[in-house]
Amino acid sequence: MPTIGVLALQGDFREHCQRLRSIGVATREVRLPVHLDGLDGLVLPGGESTTIARLLQRFGLQEPLRERARAGFPLWGTCAGAILLGDAVPGLDRAPLGLLPIMVERNAYGRQIDSFETDLDVPALGAKPFHAVFIRAPRIASVGSGVEVLARHEGDPVIVRRGPLLATTFHPELTSDVRLHDYFMTECVGPAESAAKALPTLAGGSH
Amino acid sequence: MVVETGTITVKSGLAEMLKGGVIMDVVTPEHAQIAQEAGACAVMALERVPADIRKTGGVARMSDPTLIRGIIESVSIPVMAKCRIGHFVEASILQALGVDYIDESEVLTPADEKHHINKWDYTVPFVCGARDLGEALRRTAEGAAMIRTKGEAGTGNIVEAVRHMRAVQGTIRRLRALGDDELGAFAKEQAAPVALLRETRDLGRLPVVNFAAGGVATPADAALMMRLGADGVFVGSGIFKSQEPARMAQAIVQATTHFNDDAILAEISAGLGSAMPGIELSEIPELERLAQRGW
Repeated sequence: MPTIGVLALQGDFREHCQRLRSIGVATREVRLPVHLDGLDGLVLPGGESTTIARLLQRFGLQEPLRERARAGFPLWGTCAGAILLGDAVPGLDRAPLGLLPIMVERNAYGRQIDSFETDLDVPALGAKPFHAVFIRAPRIASVGSGVEVLARHEGDPVIVRRGPLLATTFHPELTSDVRLHDYFMTECVGPAESAAKALPTLAGGSH
Repeated sequence: MVVETGTITVKSGLAEMLKGGVIMDVVTPEHAQIAQEAGACAVMALERVPADIRKTGGVARMSDPTLIRGIIESVSIPVMAKCRIGHFVEASILQALGVDYIDESEVLTPADEKHHINKWDYTVPFVCGARDLGEALRRTAEGAAMIRTKGEAGTGNIVEAVRHMRAVQGTIRRLRALGDDELGAFAKEQAAPVALLRETRDLGRLPVVNFAAGGVATPADAALMMRLGADGVFVGSGIFKSQEPARMAQAIVQATTHFNDDAILAEISAGLGSAMPGIELSEIPELERLAQRGW
């Protein structure tokens, strides 16, 4: 059974753990680099991006995450997590992880009174709309090469993916619909696992 | 597609995002910037920190909108602000200013001794203080999307926050053993709605996020409250009445994340300068205790 880490520096990591466990995935809370050992993927939850960015830096998680991402490690960021995955975030006073070529504008829909919920058409998840909760949400202003847009709200990308990296500007962990958690496991984590298993053979098999 | 704002999901959703974080009391935009730099997940704008309200006395009210606007413009993290218990016009003004959360707070002088604000009327979410499970669920029934312990603000003494958190958690443990036929009598005892008690029993926790507040002065205090089951921590006077506010603020943020890691707590608690001077609870006459405001 795969084990997925959930970054637990700050934010709604408990909800991501619950959703993942409900679909039979083992989870681990990640607060320090050592907690990353042996994981098959990592979720960066919603929370306050300035807070999480500082704690990532203070506890030395940025470089280990960048190294793993270069080796094809699956990562999924929701809201604040999507901000941190981005490579251009105007106004964020710490460097984001810069793993996904997207420009993300923070609090782009206004203040809390403008936070909203709505249904999204997500063809990759089937015909049934996905109910999405946007809390002081960021906006993906532009996407770079190789980034696939899986859903839009009023023209703006709200689910994007490049290989094993997934980003959503809303909070699928706040609703009981687990289709995006399933999608992350089958489309991002699954292929990465197969590739990792195939690697020793391709490389000549040292063990 | 239909777009809905101000729903309970959206209101309680912001509180979910604040979990594991520290919300700091600030009086000026300069304070707010220090708090954000230290890693606060939100700031709370108020006229005077509780320790000063206690010292100077008089009626404590909502902050001047100029200060609140200044704070909103100076940081990117959510900005909360306090209004007086029952003062629904202060609440409406705060909503118009664009604050992200309103604290209907016993720290300010109550405007109504009988009625809390009907928080369902607002698009902006509310947080309210509670001393026990019944009080927490009465506020939830009025539309509060987040609860915090009252503790005893401005004392730098954690004892009341511990009392209130233990009261809530202990009563939830008792509630979990009850059958449906016993909920009515329990609702009467707690003066709380049956439906919310049932929901709390089934979830095994409050239906909304529950933070600790009122007396947090050190990283160890923050970690203590987290281990007792708090979802996050409010720090009032504990930051800006300490010797080195920026360092204390940063240490409390880190302690709230690593509340279960004793080695890290030992490291971040070291060399912070003196915490705010505290007040022994027995020195505060019953009538001057802020926690007994509201019902």
